[in-house]
Amino acid sequence: MLKTFKKGGVHPAENKLSAHAPIIKAEIPKTVTIPLGQHIGAPSSPIVTKGETVKVGQIIAKSNGFVSANIHSSVSGVVAKIEDTFDITGFSRPAISITVDGDDWLETIDRTETINSNLDYQPEHIIKRVQESGIVGLGGATFPTHIKLSVPTGKKAEFLIINGVECEPYLTADHRLMMEKGEQVLIGTKLLMAALGVNKAYICIENNKPDAIQHLMQLAKKYQPIQVVPLKVKYPQGGEKQLINAVLKREVPSGGLPIDLGVIVQNVGTAFAVYEAVQKNKPLFERIVTVTGKTVKKPSNFLVRIGTPAIQLVEAAGGIPDDTGKIVAGGPMMGKALNSLDVPITKGASGILLFDRKEGKRLPISPCIRCGKCVSVCPMGLEPYLLMTLSEKQIWDRSEKENTMDCMECGSCMYTCPANRPLLDYIRLSKSTVGQLIRTRKQ
Amino acid sequence: MSITIIYTILALSLLGLLSAVILYFVAQQFKVIEDPRIDEVEGMLPGANCGGCGYAGCRQLAETMVKSDDMADLNCPVSESSAMVAIANYLGHEASTVEPKIAVVRCNGTFTHRAKTNTYDGASSCAIASALYSGDSGCSYGCLVHGDCVTVCKFGAMYMDPLTGLPVIIEKKCVACGACVKACPKKIIELRNKGKNSRRIYVSCINKDKGGVAKKACSAACIGCGKCVKACPFDAITLENNLAYIDFNKCKLCRKCVMECPTEAIVELNFPARKQVQSETIEPASNAAENSNTSND
Amino acid sequence: MEKLLHISPSPHIAGEYSVQKIMYGVLLALLPAFAASVYFFGIGAIVVTATAVVSCVAFEYLIQKYLIKGTPTILNGSAALTGVLLAFNVPSNLPILLIVIGSMVAIGIGKMSFGGLGQNPFNPALVGRVFLLISFPVQMTSWPLPMGFQTKYFDAITGATPLALVKEGIKNGQTLSSIENIPSHMNLFYGAMGGSIGEICALALILGFAFMLYRKIITWHIPVFLISTIFAFTGIMHLTNPEKYADPLFHILTGGVMLGAIFMATDMVTSPMTHKGMAIFAIGIGLITVIIRLFGAYPEGISFAILIMNAFVPLLNKWTKPTRFGEEVLNG
Repeated sequence: MLKTFKKGGVHPAENKLSAHAPIIKAEIPKTVTIPLGQHIGAPSSPIVTKGETVKVGQIIAKSNGFVSANIHSSVSGVVAKIEDTFDITGFSRPAISITVDGDDWLETIDRTETINSNLDYQPEHIIKRVQESGIVGLGGATFPTHIKLSVPTGKKAEFLIINGVECEPYLTADHRLMMEKGEQVLIGTKLLMAALGVNKAYICIENNKPDAIQHLMQLAKKYQPIQVVPLKVKYPQGGEKQLINAVLKREVPSGGLPIDLGVIVQNVGTAFAVYEAVQKNKPLFERIVTVTGKTVKKPSNFLVRIGTPAIQLVEAAGGIPDDTGKIVAGGPMMGKALNSLDVPITKGASGILLFDRKEGKRLPISPCIRCGKCVSVCPMGLEPYLLMTLSEKQIWDRSEKENTMDCMECGSCMYTCPANRPLLDYIRLSKSTVGQLIRTRKQ
Repeated sequence: MSITIIYTILALSLLGLLSAVILYFVAQQFKVIEDPRIDEVEGMLPGANCGGCGYAGCRQLAETMVKSDDMADLNCPVSESSAMVAIANYLGHEASTVEPKIAVVRCNGTFTHRAKTNTYDGASSCAIASALYSGDSGCSYGCLVHGDCVTVCKFGAMYMDPLTGLPVIIEKKCVACGACVKACPKKIIELRNKGKNSRRIYVSCINKDKGGVAKKACSAACIGCGKCVKACPFDAITLENNLAYIDFNKCKLCRKCVMECPTEAIVELNFPARKQVQSETIEPASNAAENSNTSND
Repeated sequence: MEKLLHISPSPHIAGEYSVQKIMYGVLLALLPAFAASVYFFGIGAIVVTATAVVSCVAFEYLIQKYLIKGTPTILNGSAALTGVLLAFNVPSNLPILLIVIGSMVAIGIGKMSFGGLGQNPFNPALVGRVFLLISFPVQMTSWPLPMGFQTKYFDAITGATPLALVKEGIKNGQTLSSIENIPSHMNLFYGAMGGSIGEICALALILGFAFMLYRKIITWHIPVFLISTIFAFTGIMHLTNPEKYADPLFHILTGGVMLGAIFMATDMVTSPMTHKGMAIFAIGIGLITVIIRLFGAYPEGISFAILIMNAFVPLLNKWTKPTRFGEEVLNG
């Protein structure tokens, strides 16, 4: 019996079209646009000026405040401008544009392919390297990793869970990373274990990636005590609260964090980035992006320099299909619909998905038939039909009582709803309004 | 038979009388002594409980008026100014004269002026759309067309014009309560002076992008050229962040700026047609219905 | 709107369900019961069902288009379903005028007056049926005897249903074993008995239940809890006095229990949202049905029982909220 989380969940069609496409190094573009706000927290402050020459891996923006991260150049060339540009968020945000000239890396970066398995470091050194390298959660949440690794006083970390679940349909970036850089991922895991001072680590992989499970189980024999845990395929298994529930059979309290249970969760991509940062002195400036969709000619996984325009990747995957109706950055359940492909790839972009005209349109709305399916699939035990009605009528105090702030915006409710009601649209609105009310109350 | 009826009538009447006596004493016991003037003042207010005054309801405003020393910040925008003067006289305060205000939609991004760059499929709510992205046209400041403002208006003073795709304010019904101003996530609607003879002039745009970008997105955008600033003899116009703004307290309705504006972003409302043959000031479509309303009056 | 990209908040894919699929799925599940009733009641079954469906769809269309002045949504199958369920709850020789009146009440009062699909607190087909029962008790309680295709629509030969037989007999002081003409359990299961169009063939209804479970249209909770409650309650009463109270198998195979449990009580709009709520709902219906059957004036009580419990559904939704994730940890 495979482990899984207890409450709710749906089973969208997996469509892992690019599961067997090996990682291809994407071509370095002519210009890159690197947004300054690629992470949770305050956007970074630029430390380069227009006209300055930069090298690959050079730091170009510094962390701005406690919750923030460094940003490094992914190319070598000249800084062209620092101004507001439209990015994946759908809004115009500050970004640094660099005109590319060659591929000149910082001399301090170790570019060799040999695997470095030396683990003789102090925890402080590992955390410092992570922070200097601008590593953020690469599962899509983009939370600065060095903050997660600095456990606050009064709490103690006991378990590390590496999230290789990749529960979103279509996405295969983590899958290919585990297949092709499995040993590096395990070393990165050991480094994270050392940084946290834990001696129990689980790498969780959904059962639709049997090759990755086999491969890592084989490699993990050399890296005890990391345990590879296959999990049942169910969305949203990759949500950290659901992951903890499946592996440890415990529930993170409402309004709490995993560290309250002594658990830290990190994505496999983050573990790999930690390996590169500590062992190869390489900061975070490239990531794996899946370009896929039923109409895409060559669904592929690319190793992309941050700041590459998305259009370039789609061209490399066979070009924009003719009747494209919707383009999504990320997965189909939680990703962001794009207005155009002229947006740069950021640290949090795990995939570019193309839908045709028919699939890309939302279906017409019917009245709620009170079937209760949304309640039965909600992994957080909420009542989406009720939260939507309260949000429409702007009854915010009752929304707060009905735990609207617990919603993780996974989209299972809307996926299941037979009447195609925009449940999550209104729940997001109630979350932001109630969140604002809570903040003003605390002041 | 009849004796039963008499007994019934007697019994019920006694019961009624007893209850009345008990109720009287209980009411006297639990009576809340309030300033009787509060009831009077509340009677003079419209009773719409719209919140336009900034208080929770007409009774709360009445209480505050009775309790405070002057009526400086206490104004009911829904009442006629004569009603406010009457209340002031009743309470023995100075009547403060407040310029009547009206809501103004500062966007002229009609379907013809502003081209769509994508189709929005999500829930039909401006709050939701504005949190998602910058909008379904090239202008990231413009009206989102879902009508949150219309939904929130309690006085039926707004409707969405299907020809232009913009909200329209019905002059006669707007009481400047400010609900639509709060509801608009883009902060497009503003409360401005109604103006003498209901005439007003305003820049119907809040786009802060550079001129070229703004004009490309919408042909009626303010491009921040500054010609209006130079033309105004009363220094009522300021230019900031590529956007012109007319101060409604300084504007004397001379209309010089309207003629100067190259994109027709400045709008004049309820003025008579010009006598000179000038480049025709094309009334923005969103206010055409309004004008015909007042001209039929 | 050529070639513009669509933008909406996530999620960007949708599952298999749709209101249409659910409604038509239930109609498919009712097909075996319909076939069985045509087999037993002949032309009457077809006439009544067809009239009810046509009237319900017509009334919904007329009300939506001319009274409410909105867009008619008759294609989603919910009006047709109400028509079929109303027909399945009445005798197969019900005059056409009464069917039309019943449809008007079911759709107009039972559904549209509350705001249309999804807004009604009471099951519309039952509202129509109970209205007909109270307004036209004679026509609504003259059940044609099942004579296959010989059963006429006009001037059908009528007789008492097994439940009515038992009720009358007990009232006259007879003991159960002395009442004549009660069909065997096998006949009750296959449907060879008097009754309304849809309620007679338990086998067909169970087939429909299996189909709906397979299509994930309903869950097992309401039918299982309902039938178990009736079985248990009547079983206890039967054990105390086997000559006064019929055995539990008789009770669940006669009257509208099978039809009510599988198709009427499980109506999504009027049943609770959580499984806990559904269980309480079903147990309540079961208890009230048996009380009416054994101690009340009517031989069959499930229609009233369902309507009574429908009224409690908002309260049940409030009382049986799902456990929030992380709540158990907070509470200890």
